[in-house]
Amino acid sequence: MFLRLVRGAFLRQWKKMLMIGVTVALGASLATAMLNVMMDVGDKVNQELKAYGANITVVPKSTAVISDLYEVEGGISEGAYLREDELGRIKTIFWAFNIVDFAPLLDTEVTLPDGSTVTAVGSWYNHHLSLPTGEELDTGLPALRAWWTVTEGAWIDEQARSGDEAPACMVGALLAERMSLHAGDTLTMKGTHGEETCVIAAVFDAGAEEDGMIFCPLDVAQRLSGTEGLLTSMEVSALTTPDNDLARKAQRQGPESLSVADYETWYCTAYVSSICFQIQEVITDAVASPVRQVAESEGAIMEKTELLMILITVLALIGAALGITNLVTASVMERSGEIGLMKAIGATNARISALIIAEVLMTGILGGAAGYLAGFGFAQIIGHTVFSSGVEMKPMVIPIVAVLVVIMTLAGSLPAIRFLLQLRPTEVLHGR
Amino acid sequence: MSLLELKNVSKIYGTLRALDHVNMRVEAGEWVSIMGPSGSGKSTMMNIIGCLDKASEGEVLLDGTLICAETADRLTEIRRDKIGLIFQQFHLIQYLTAVENVMVAQYYHSMPDEKEALEALARVGLKDRAHHLPSQMSGGEQQRVCVARALINYPKILLADEPTGNLDEANERIVVELFKKLHEEGTTLIIVTHDPEVAEVAQRTVVLRDGRLVKETVNENFTGVMKHRKVE
Ligand SMILES: Nc1ncnc2c1ncn2[C@@H]1O[C@H](COP(=O)(O)OP(=O)(O)OP(=O)(O)O)[C@@H](O)[C@H]1O
Ligand SMILES: [Mg+2]
Repeated sequence: MFLRLVRGAFLRQWKKMLMIGVTVALGASLATAMLNVMMDVGDKVNQELKAYGANITVVPKSTAVISDLYEVEGGISEGAYLREDELGRIKTIFWAFNIVDFAPLLDTEVTLPDGSTVTAVGSWYNHHLSLPTGEELDTGLPALRAWWTVTEGAWIDEQARSGDEAPACMVGALLAERMSLHAGDTLTMKGTHGEETCVIAAVFDAGAEEDGMIFCPLDVAQRLSGTEGLLTSMEVSALTTPDNDLARKAQRQGPESLSVADYETWYCTAYVSSICFQIQEVITDAVASPVRQVAESEGAIMEKTELLMILITVLALIGAALGITNLVTASVMERSGEIGLMKAIGATNARISALIIAEVLMTGILGGAAGYLAGFGFAQIIGHTVFSSGVEMKPMVIPIVAVLVVIMTLAGSLPAIRFLLQLRPTEVLHGR
Repeated sequence: MSLLELKNVSKIYGTLRALDHVNMRVEAGEWVSIMGPSGSGKSTMMNIIGCLDKASEGEVLLDGTLICAETADRLTEIRRDKIGLIFQQFHLIQYLTAVENVMVAQYYHSMPDEKEALEALARVGLKDRAHHLPSQMSGGEQQRVCVARALINYPKILLADEPTGNLDEANERIVVELFKKLHEEGTTLIIVTHDPEVAEVAQRTVVLRDGRLVKETVNENFTGVMKHRKVE
């Protein structure tokens, strides 16, 4: 009988029910899209932000002390180097998989044929590395300098160079202009310990002081300065979890100050500070520190993005609930005669309320299911347009959306229930 | 003890006394008509007896229960168990068939039983219309469905507020015949009507005016049969 009553209401009020379903679907789809994106986006936004370069720099301990003391940016003291053969170890730390990219840097002064002195930076570009773990990987500067525009030629291809060919180098736009250098030209640099002739592979525009520098392979810079096997600093791009109180405490007071359990949590979470700590553990006499602005703004952007999405979701749900409120109330009012009659023939308020709620919930669940599917589609669209990749299906979203739909429909039905509780059969049955 | 007893019952709407100190008793098995001009308080009185509304003053005893003291949900239960209601507008659920409309009353009372509901429809002569929707039936037929629905849970009292008000003479006669049959079976009937011919078939007629009970006549030669109307 209950089913017949419900079915009857559906058949008679299918337009209203359809509208309720569509409203629920809209709310649910937005919630699904936002939740899915929000849960999947953490890594994606991070990855996106990686385009802005490294978020960790590693320097020798003595350099770090000096630059801390005198606050000299990039102040380099004589004889402070990291060792090239230790670089691969960075991929052996606990958070190795979060290390997206890294590259060594070796700065040295060189004299050009016209007598001017410029900085030459040795680095890796698409350096092939075979790790002791058996892992193979290519890493280097391009991913860490994604904002550079190569105006002529192409990035240095280390792997393409055969034994006796001249090494390649890249020249900053300002320097290239001053000396009218072009891709394909050769350039001789004289360092403290030797002379190297390179073929210019590219001219780049960095929009920074690097526009006056030369970038060459690490080994070339090492030979020029007589520092074989050494480097002055390293840049690392890592996926990190936004800092929370625990991370800030560890950073302020040092990891030793944490309790054992906190330490475990901290160490096993990809905070930028714990990744730095782990890098220091594997590289001798190194200090790894977050590149402040970037690391912090990443976290802030993440938090703001999430806040925005939560806000949109909440507003969408409230909007949907208001829409449902109108529709359900209208539907109940339209049926006040029928409801008054049911009361007159002995239906209690509870049973009539149950009937209405069952109808609305059924509509809500159908609408919610449709909305979930649509929302998952939305999430894909958002993923592709904003992050150029699909959004993973997060199973957690299903129960959350289900609960939200139920709350939304129930909240939306409240005024209608109130109306029917107050409805007095005498008012409708005598046609007043 | 009487089945129904009204003691000094008043119903006050603002300054209007829709019922004014009404005293009345109805014994089990009686057939009572209530008459009176429009606005005299007939429907108000039916609503109070039918537990659809509460009296402002006075006491109403129904089958030994003081119904003015009960909560709304309790009143619904009392109504469900003891009272069958029939209205002037037929008030059927439009998307349910005749038999389903009867079953709704069973459903809210205890359990729907299609066989019993069909029997009830057979009693009011609608056996072959059981699966029609209200929109496919005439007014008289719809009102008979209402009678079947009112009777399905074996109420102690059948309350009808102008049950023949919207019916033509032929259908009126059929419905009155039904009442007579019910009366013979022992059902207590209280019927509001404007129509003297419907009123006078009852055992007793009560007249209301301005909320007061002004006249009571007993039908000495009660037969329960409607006289034939003169045809003009
Ligand atoms: N809910 C209400 N609020 C205010 N006044 C009401 C209400 N219900 C009824 N009344 C008034 O009470 C008086 C009695 O109404 P009631 O419906 O009982 O009359 P009635 O005898 O049934 O009339 P009719 O023959 O036209 O059906 C009328 O004057 C009516 O206006
Ligand atoms: Mg009336």
